[in-house]
Amino acid sequence: MNARVKRRNLVVEGLAQIGDAGLFLPTLLAAMPRSLRYFREIVRQIWFTGAMSLIIIMTCGLFVGMVLALQLYHVLEIFGGTASTGTVVALSVYRELGPVVTALLFAGRAGTSITAEIGLMRATDQLSAMEMMAVDPVAYVVTPRFIAGIIAMPLLCCVFSAMAIFGGHLVGVTWLGIDNGTFWSNMTSNVEVWKDVIDGVIWKGLAFGTVVTLISVHQGYTTPPTSEGVAYATTRTVVASSIAILALDFVLTAFMM
Amino acid sequence: MTDAIASPDSAPTGDALVRVRGLTTRFSGRTVFDGLDLDIPRGKITAIMGPSGTGKTTLLKHITGQTPADAGELLVDGEDVAKLSREGLFKLRERVGYLFQNSALLTDFDVFENVAFPLRQHTRLPEELIRDIVLNKLQAVGLRGASRLMPSELSGGMARRVALARAIVFDPMLILYDEPFVGLDPIALNQVLKLIRTLNETLGITSVLVAHELAAIQQIADRVVLIANGKVVASGDPKEIANDGSPWTRQFFGGEPDGPVPFHYPAGDYAAELGLGETA
Repeated sequence: MNARVKRRNLVVEGLAQIGDAGLFLPTLLAAMPRSLRYFREIVRQIWFTGAMSLIIIMTCGLFVGMVLALQLYHVLEIFGGTASTGTVVALSVYRELGPVVTALLFAGRAGTSITAEIGLMRATDQLSAMEMMAVDPVAYVVTPRFIAGIIAMPLLCCVFSAMAIFGGHLVGVTWLGIDNGTFWSNMTSNVEVWKDVIDGVIWKGLAFGTVVTLISVHQGYTTPPTSEGVAYATTRTVVASSIAILALDFVLTAFMM
Repeated sequence: MTDAIASPDSAPTGDALVRVRGLTTRFSGRTVFDGLDLDIPRGKITAIMGPSGTGKTTLLKHITGQTPADAGELLVDGEDVAKLSREGLFKLRERVGYLFQNSALLTDFDVFENVAFPLRQHTRLPEELIRDIVLNKLQAVGLRGASRLMPSELSGGMARRVALARAIVFDPMLILYDEPFVGLDPIALNQVLKLIRTLNETLGITSVLVAHELAAIQQIADRVVLIANGKVVASGDPKEIANDGSPWTRQFFGGEPDGPVPFHYPAGDYAAELGLGETA
């Protein structure tokens, strides 16, 4: 098989994966009313995917905000505009970095564990056992994780953004000496709640949460029941989610501008 | 007595809980079942035996509707499995227990919750009653004292018994055992054997076992069905089937490495593949 055919096969396989995940969505939506019976499982999954991701999200948010403020301060200093550091940090975080970095971290932390957990349940016949006990595994296992991911992502985006602003303040005000009042007043007068915070953090967070969790549960549910199959599925979750997040971010930004 | 060889009419019909007629299944171009005919009598223990890869587990999956067959008819308690809707299939499965080869316990739950799982999903029984039923089933398999252990803390035999307690929690009409003796030490094997026989006698459950251990099968089975080449090649009394005299039974029960089931996987000419033909 020559390199061109191999590349074409990879592209076709990638497109087929995206198509399969898309076709899996109606199955999840159809199972959603039955999943609401498992409210406690949904709450447990929000804890698992959301609360358990908090430490990595908060830490990364803090450092992203700190490095952003540091870089921007020195660039803005050239133009005598260091007073705008807070504004630029906030806009960058709300509009792009907050939702995108959170989604990438979410894919790596929660997405892979969702894929591995469902994949291992498949490999150890737990999903088949549920089928045999007349329990729909899509409604009991898959959809609660899907719902939890959609709920958890925007919340994590908010936490990430808040920590990034805090990190920006820490570097800009505490370290580099920007006036505290200037930092906050410039930010509040230039950031629009609907356009920047709601569109950026909430809507993008919801969209990324839907896509990442859909890819994660689909990869886990359809993985071959072998250890190698589970390993490949988790890798595919990260790769496909990362590409989907960045591509979707461009589309959403283009529509929101 | 051995009923007959490769004859669909030979199966003991009468009151059959599972009736299979003309079952045909193909996977990736390979024929697994080629017009299989089989009856599973109600209230009896029937052992399905045959060489590896002959489709024994696939047959169990057909019976439970997990995998559809390509052609043929499969009736369970008079219901055509292929024609059942998903809801109908789930209703049927509430009356069928299935013991997986690897037990398939839910790893997030302890032993008690594993056994209680079907009750919690399908009933609104009060907690006290669920507790009583679960403890009753665990007592039946001798593991009441292990109710708070997690699946990772159980031995293979214990896990198999917990899975059995879960399979009988609804007092099913039919239990399907997929290789229930694999990997068990002699003590655990005899415990499982005793349980299968006791459940069959006390609850009147119809049991279907897929297994390779003839000595174990001879202790509990009422009837053995030998499947090979996509069909039933022999069936009858477990103590006499080995003496049937057909090439299939002779090879399978005699453990002969070559025979109707060939030692070599089908392949082209060995000399030609080594290039010796061309050299010569």
